Amino acid sequence: MPNAAIEIESLTKDYPFGFLHLKTKRSLEGLTMRVEDGEVFGFLGPNGAGKSTTIKLLVGLIFPTAGTASILGRPISDVAMHQDIGYLPEQPYFYDYLTAAELLDYFARFHNLKAAERRARVERMLKKVGLETARRIQLRKFSKGMLQRVGLAQAILHDPKVVILDEPMSGLDPLGRREVRDIILELKREGRTILFSTHILSDAEMLCDRVGVIVGGKLRGVGAPDEIVGIKAHGMEILFEHRGDAAGEVATLLQTATRTGNRYRMRMEEAELYATIEKLREAGAQILQVTQIKASLEEYFMHLIEADRAQAAAVDVSGK
Amino acid sequence: MSRVGVVARNTFREAVRDRVLYNLVFFALLMMAAAVLVGQISIGIEEMVIINLGLSAISVIGLLMALFIGVGLVSKEMDKRTLYALLAKPVRRWEFLLGKFGGLLLTLTVNTAAMSAGLFAALYYVKHPLARADGVALVAIYFILLKLALVVSLALLFSCYTTPLLAILFTAGLYVSGLFVREMRGLHGDKLAPAVQTFLRWLSYLLPNFENFDVMASAAHGRHIPGTLILHNTAYAVLYCVIVLAAASAIFSRRNLR
Repeated sequence: MPNAAIEIESLTKDYPFGFLHLKTKRSLEGLTMRVEDGEVFGFLGPNGAGKSTTIKLLVGLIFPTAGTASILGRPISDVAMHQDIGYLPEQPYFYDYLTAAELLDYFARFHNLKAAERRARVERMLKKVGLETARRIQLRKFSKGMLQRVGLAQAILHDPKVVILDEPMSGLDPLGRREVRDIILELKREGRTILFSTHILSDAEMLCDRVGVIVGGKLRGVGAPDEIVGIKAHGMEILFEHRGDAAGEVATLLQTATRTGNRYRMRMEEAELYATIEKLREAGAQILQVTQIKASLEEYFMHLIEADRAQAAAVDVSGK
Repeated sequence: MSRVGVVARNTFREAVRDRVLYNLVFFALLMMAAAVLVGQISIGIEEMVIINLGLSAISVIGLLMALFIGVGLVSKEMDKRTLYALLAKPVRRWEFLLGKFGGLLLTLTVNTAAMSAGLFAALYYVKHPLARADGVALVAIYFILLKLALVVSLALLFSCYTTPLLAILFTAGLYVSGLFVREMRGLHGDKLAPAVQTFLRWLSYLLPNFENFDVMASAAHGRHIPGTLILHNTAYAVLYCVIVLAAASAIFSRRNLR
């Protein structure tokens, strides 16, 4: 078994609430999992599932009610271990009176780097995240995407072995998401271990060696993205263009399609695909695209939540 | 630079960039107006009026800064979540707290030093040359700084576990109570039950004694301040700050940053 970069054992977190904090709400329940050395691990789950709670526990922002966790073999309570980890908080916000270069220099000072090395790293990081031209602008004038990039830069500034990113793509436009994806892939090529949380399946599919799905504070499965979410084709979809009138069988087919101008979108079983394409071509239609219809992550999460509710209802009825 | 020093430097930089030191303009205007007016309305007591006014202004401005910036030192970082990225670095929570304390103390020292220069300039304007006795004002200013350090440590302690508004109320409440510790110790008579008297006496020893730091009358009259009082006040302020900051660290080290 390869070495685990992150090892979590029965990690549980309860938050107190109510008057005098006498009641508690369980945010994470008995989480046990491993992130292997050098892998990209995606932490998937809907909002409030326990992703950020897990990450905050790992970086020492909150403390576990029960259970243990270690990073690179050292317990998470060991602050010296932070020398080897990089962390990007969800929707990061930094001292807005500082410039990007000043902020990175500030964070670099905690890693005992010499002045020349610090300056060189700050420059390198600003270039890496595409902010070298904005280095002298105060962060209060930065857009959300730019703040996210500064956040990434501060997370990897000190060459950490393990990088933990909380919703790194959240709130970014497509271009920004692509840039963040490229940085994560580059970190992977450099051999770092990356744990990131997301609720966007396509990000996980593109980047992750493995994903863990967490719903309602419980881990529901760990594995390769397609196997764990159980993404199977639910059918096929054809996008085609057809001009003029249609008659007979093709006219019937067109009635089942969704029309936008001269373009049609039609769904069918996989077994009917080739026959349908043949009929459409004979009728003069131009096939533009054929895609598999997959279950969305939202559908998968809803399925898990519904299963939980059904189980809770069953327990309630049986009185156990 | 140590990690405490890095946080302190940034806290000072924040105060400067947030234009906290602009209060100096108000103080300068006050001192200039006082210096011009005092010569016209008072005969022979110009020095006393200027010193009293100057020291009071230094004290009030310092207290307001210590209180309002002090309670925000931790709570602002938690509200804005600027603390999250920082605590993921190899920084212990007590180092962060000590850095914030040091940074605000540095800001207050610079601010107080600038105001003191203004005070002595005004003093020089109404009476030159300055006499050796005017140096007593420097001791009074030093005591004000010690008092401010105590207030910052208390504000920091309360801001570690309660809302900024409550932290302001608690700190201000303790400050006001601390001005009456001698009265609390001297409460005797039939009206108070012995148990209450004992409780008040114990409480008076627990409360920060801010009365000790008030030597404004001595400074205004140029009276000598004994070295033992300087030593006593310094030791008292340092010890009290250490205890309060240790309590703040103990609370903050267990706090969940949700």
